[in-house]
Amino acid sequence: MGVLLDENSRVVIQGFGGAGQREAKTSREYGTQIVCGVTPGRGGQVLEDTPIRNTVREAVDEFGANVSLIFVPAPFAADAILEAADAGIPVAICITEGIPVQDMVRVKRALEGSETLLIGPNCPGVITPAARARAGIMPTDVYLEGNVGVISRSGTLVYETVDQLTRAGIGQSSSVGVGGDPIIGTTQAEALALFEADPDTAAVVLIGEIGGTAEQEAAAYVARMSKPVTAFIAGATAPPGRRMGHAGAIIAGKAGTAEAKKAALREAGAAVADSPSQIGETCLEQLRSAGLL
Amino acid sequence: MKLHEYQAKELLARYGVPTPGGKVARSADEAAAAAEELGGKVVVKAQVHAGGRGKAGGIKLANSAEEARAAADELLGANLVTIQSPQGQPINSVLVEEQIDVARELYLGAVIDNQSGRPVVIASAAGGMDIEQVAEETPEQIHSQAIDPACGFQGYQARALAFATGLDGDLNRPAVALISALARAFEENDGSLAEINPLVVTGDGKLLAVDAKFSIDDDADFRHRDLVELRDKSQDDALEVEAEEAGVQNYVKLDGDIGCMVNGAGLAMATMDAIKFEGGEPANFLDIGTANDPEAIVTALRLIGADPDVKAVLVNIFGGLARTDVIAEGVVQAKRDGLIPQPTVVRLAGTNVEEGTRILDESGIELIRADGFADAARKSVEAAGEGA
Repeated sequence: MGVLLDENSRVVIQGFGGAGQREAKTSREYGTQIVCGVTPGRGGQVLEDTPIRNTVREAVDEFGANVSLIFVPAPFAADAILEAADAGIPVAICITEGIPVQDMVRVKRALEGSETLLIGPNCPGVITPAARARAGIMPTDVYLEGNVGVISRSGTLVYETVDQLTRAGIGQSSSVGVGGDPIIGTTQAEALALFEADPDTAAVVLIGEIGGTAEQEAAAYVARMSKPVTAFIAGATAPPGRRMGHAGAIIAGKAGTAEAKKAALREAGAAVADSPSQIGETCLEQLRSAGLL
Repeated sequence: MKLHEYQAKELLARYGVPTPGGKVARSADEAAAAAEELGGKVVVKAQVHAGGRGKAGGIKLANSAEEARAAADELLGANLVTIQSPQGQPINSVLVEEQIDVARELYLGAVIDNQSGRPVVIASAAGGMDIEQVAEETPEQIHSQAIDPACGFQGYQARALAFATGLDGDLNRPAVALISALARAFEENDGSLAEINPLVVTGDGKLLAVDAKFSIDDDADFRHRDLVELRDKSQDDALEVEAEEAGVQNYVKLDGDIGCMVNGAGLAMATMDAIKFEGGEPANFLDIGTANDPEAIVTALRLIGADPDVKAVLVNIFGGLARTDVIAEGVVQAKRDGLIPQPTVVRLAGTNVEEGTRILDESGIELIRADGFADAARKSVEAAGEGA
């Protein structure tokens, strides 16, 4: 059922401050098992009906946590990710924005060969509507249970996209925010592979943006996929050399432009929407022509 | 954050990179004195945060202290327009350096390669040119070595780059030291881009970093307070600096006439795209992030409203962490205070949208309400057309 999260997901929240507590509440109301919070020095307390522990290891041993949702501030976030990996958490989802790039260089190296799959950082998280499983910061009411997988580098643009899909009657198997940073744990191509392997996903919507070459790598994978892909690339109007909010969204060289990314995806067989307001329609047409509706 | 050439050279020199003798001057008198000290024959280089200075007339040869004074007098206080900065950047200081007898020019740089997730040190025998052009036209001239963060940059990697670019014989040992020094400076200072271009072999067989660039990862500011102090805000867009000082982090000035306030970088970029798709041009990129504070919203709107290019304003919010009711309060407040006199299109969706909509309804303020993304973009383009 969907990817990364299902009804057996037991979520520990690392960094149980204001944001962590608020999202714990929303996820729990949605139906997700939030089993524990980790804030070093607060072990033994109970906050927002959630038991707090000092370490992720305790969250795993005592509560069977198998997903970690990370809100730890940027200077300490790399440490938090590595702690989750060391405790054997299979899926670590890092929401934190602004982690130094060279910290992520080290994290990525340390996770090589590890059992832990990192999603993010600087991402909205993951949601699997059919399992009522939410580890992230997304509004829940726009999501609808269904069979279209969604992958996005950005947060609010994915809410917009999902809202368009839901209004068009297209439900989602899972929605994965891979993150807006230049170095991320799971790439768009890797997220596509998760959906390709998921029996409950029939098609995928991919929301990319300018900067880097991740969309070109995703396109190479799209060409080999059995499932149809609809795509949009944000930032066609962004000037080169400027960082557009996301640290990863900066055009350096021709490969980073929206034009180059759209062309690569089209060539790979994806249906690419030209305007962000047409993502839902484009997906609908794609599903119709693939005989999935 | 970008460093000036002289600051980058000071930083690299601390790691053992050899640089030409030189001095920073902020007046023509200082430049003349510096030239005197350096023996008269100097180069006077405008210190601005843009490449392409030479072609733009920002680098001048001077063969005496008096010529150096004249060159500095011409440069200081001027606005240097280069290919990289069409609006120009103010020259507040010049670097006065000894003239170098150049035998060969090479390129040396370091960047983060996002695909591999590793820092990469790059060298090329084709120095003094635009490296992206070299990479495109003669990729065989580009040599690179990725740094494994588990063990750091190794000697064999520096040797490989040195030999590949013809730095052999007596030059090999100093070249290996120089390349390793650049790698270390890049890693220890959270570099996002470092370049020595050209790296010069002098007529008497010495290596010198004749030009240098160094940019630091903004997200690593907290552990490089000393470098942050070197920032020259005069090189950045005035509106962007004002935005930053007011706590609005993600503001980028653009050329159009529709001011945008959006939450989230992806949605903000997509909003610009939608405006363009409807035939309009955005005046800025502005991601207010999750600012759940009406004051921050008011500040952002004040900046947009004060931009003389703006003929209409578009507020496009899809609330997640950000609450649409807080945004609505901010919009109402900014309108009441006359901070955004331009016609204003508002589209709210997501968290607390009922409450946000009620606040707008009850305010009695004239706003153009939009339902959905395309509608919002279309209405803002119409409003800008009427305001023109």
